[in-house]
Amino acid sequence: MASFSLGKTMKYILLIFFALLFLMPVYVIIVTSLKPLDEVSLEHMWALPSSIDFSSYVQAVKELAPNFMNSVYLVIPATLLSALLGAMNGYVLSKWKFKGSETLFTFILFGMFIPYQSILIPMIQFIRSIGLYDTIPGLVLVHVVYGLPITTLMFRNFYANIPDQMIEAAKIDGASFLGVFRHIMVPLSITGFVVVAIWQFTNIWNEFLFAVTVTTNETQPVMVALQNLSGSQIVQWNVQMAGAVIAALPTLLIYILLGKYFVRGLLAGSVKG
Amino acid sequence: MELAEHKKRNRRKMTKDHWTAVAFLIPSVILILIFVYGFIAWTGYVSVSNWSTLVPDFSFAGLQNYISLFQDYRFQSDLRNTIFFTIFFIGLVIVMGLGLGILIDQKLKGESLFRNIFLFPMALSFIVTGVVWQWLLNPSTGFNQFLKFFGITPKWYTDTNILAGFEWGQIEFGVPVAIIAVVIAAAWQMTGFSLAMYLAGLRGVPDELREAARMDGASEFQIYRKVVIPMLMPITVSVIIIMAHMSLKIFDLIYAMTGSGANFVTDVPAVYMYETTFKGNNYANGAAIAIIMLLVVAVFIVPYLWNSRKGDH
Repeated sequence: MASFSLGKTMKYILLIFFALLFLMPVYVIIVTSLKPLDEVSLEHMWALPSSIDFSSYVQAVKELAPNFMNSVYLVIPATLLSALLGAMNGYVLSKWKFKGSETLFTFILFGMFIPYQSILIPMIQFIRSIGLYDTIPGLVLVHVVYGLPITTLMFRNFYANIPDQMIEAAKIDGASFLGVFRHIMVPLSITGFVVVAIWQFTNIWNEFLFAVTVTTNETQPVMVALQNLSGSQIVQWNVQMAGAVIAALPTLLIYILLGKYFVRGLLAGSVKG
Repeated sequence: MELAEHKKRNRRKMTKDHWTAVAFLIPSVILILIFVYGFIAWTGYVSVSNWSTLVPDFSFAGLQNYISLFQDYRFQSDLRNTIFFTIFFIGLVIVMGLGLGILIDQKLKGESLFRNIFLFPMALSFIVTGVVWQWLLNPSTGFNQFLKFFGITPKWYTDTNILAGFEWGQIEFGVPVAIIAVVIAAAWQMTGFSLAMYLAGLRGVPDELREAARMDGASEFQIYRKVVIPMLMPITVSVIIIMAHMSLKIFDLIYAMTGSGANFVTDVPAVYMYETTFKGNNYANGAAIAIIMLLVVAVFIVPYLWNSRKGDH
């Protein structure tokens, strides 16, 4: 019994050690972001602030607010559209299989693994030619298209768990392709929509490569603005850290409130369903 | 089965609905066809052109862009950095994810709290991680404030040393010390992924199996080594492939945290591609880097997709 509890203590010590290690960056960000300018020095980065000072947040909000709103205008339509298209595709590919549909699915899925560098040059040319370069709608389009593989995959795996008999019964009752989707699949896949929406929201909010190449200056999403903030020499560390907190807040909140669904999305992304 | 019978009975209606189903798929398929396959082909076309200024020039250059890349000091450094980054990153993520997964799976109190702590960096952007770790591993601040009490002050990502290096092409091939700093930041963020995968796997190991091994006199350690970890092999394979394809195309973290680094010690193909294309307007060169990245990633991904599709039947 004694040795058992000793083992248990060891396990706790290990877990707590690693938990502190993982939380260390959080401590530094928060402590630094709450320091007044004269306490932000390299030597005292680990020290607690002598008094809590929100001035760095005020400045970071001033710097990032327009870009933060750009991200909001980007992420909401992009998430909704890619979830809707993914649901449709997943429905067809799981419940209306036809000759070659599996191959077609793999063909769609490949798009989620490519390095986006390999489509970047023509994509920018294309976005320019349709007049959407340097606009949020342009970025929405890009995220919807390149989100298709993952949302299709998630919904397809989700719908595979809905028994075929249910669809069969509805069809005998005269429900059409769309009727089955609206009255059976959608109501049964609310969780699926939540999982996919959270996944897409997090990814699009955090994305950088498309954001930095499709948009410039005023239209840039928050992550590009944060990167610019940290790249400039004149902006103090406390403001950068406050900026990091602000930029990370939406996805962190979602994780804290709906972490269970976030993890489901993460597991769903590993292809096998 | 039933569906097929129904199809025979009611052929005309089924056919119509089936066509509707296909029609709904067509827009997505066309988008993927253009935006993925068409654009890749176009990038391939640019990569064998002479387009190296703001003005497009599609005259044929043959493989010249590829040949000069492989002779290029910067690209050779990128290949070296990517190899070591990938190896260390995957190794660390697997060991940490599995180790923490096993610890959390011990039915201890507070397991969900620990799980949430290890998983939360997954919700952050690589840009946030880069900005923060740039400071944590800054040689004059950060962790070195503690480490100096022990007389160690690593130079982290500013270190230009190459360990166990030897001449190879233009560069010194070996472990770039600076890349370790980036590996730490990347592993901090991505350990949660392998942890979540392993936890899901560990939940799937039947208790009877462990019980049986225990009856046979196996110690806890042996049970994990001989029974549990081998059972988790398919998960390990998935984690390796997903992490490998991520690390081969890594961009944001390095761009935000270190950039190319002195002597390109932390440069990677994605950063080179971005800078040469969008800062240097050398489109042909950027396209060639992109195609090489795609080919390397495809080596991992195509067999993986092939197998997991086959496994569906």
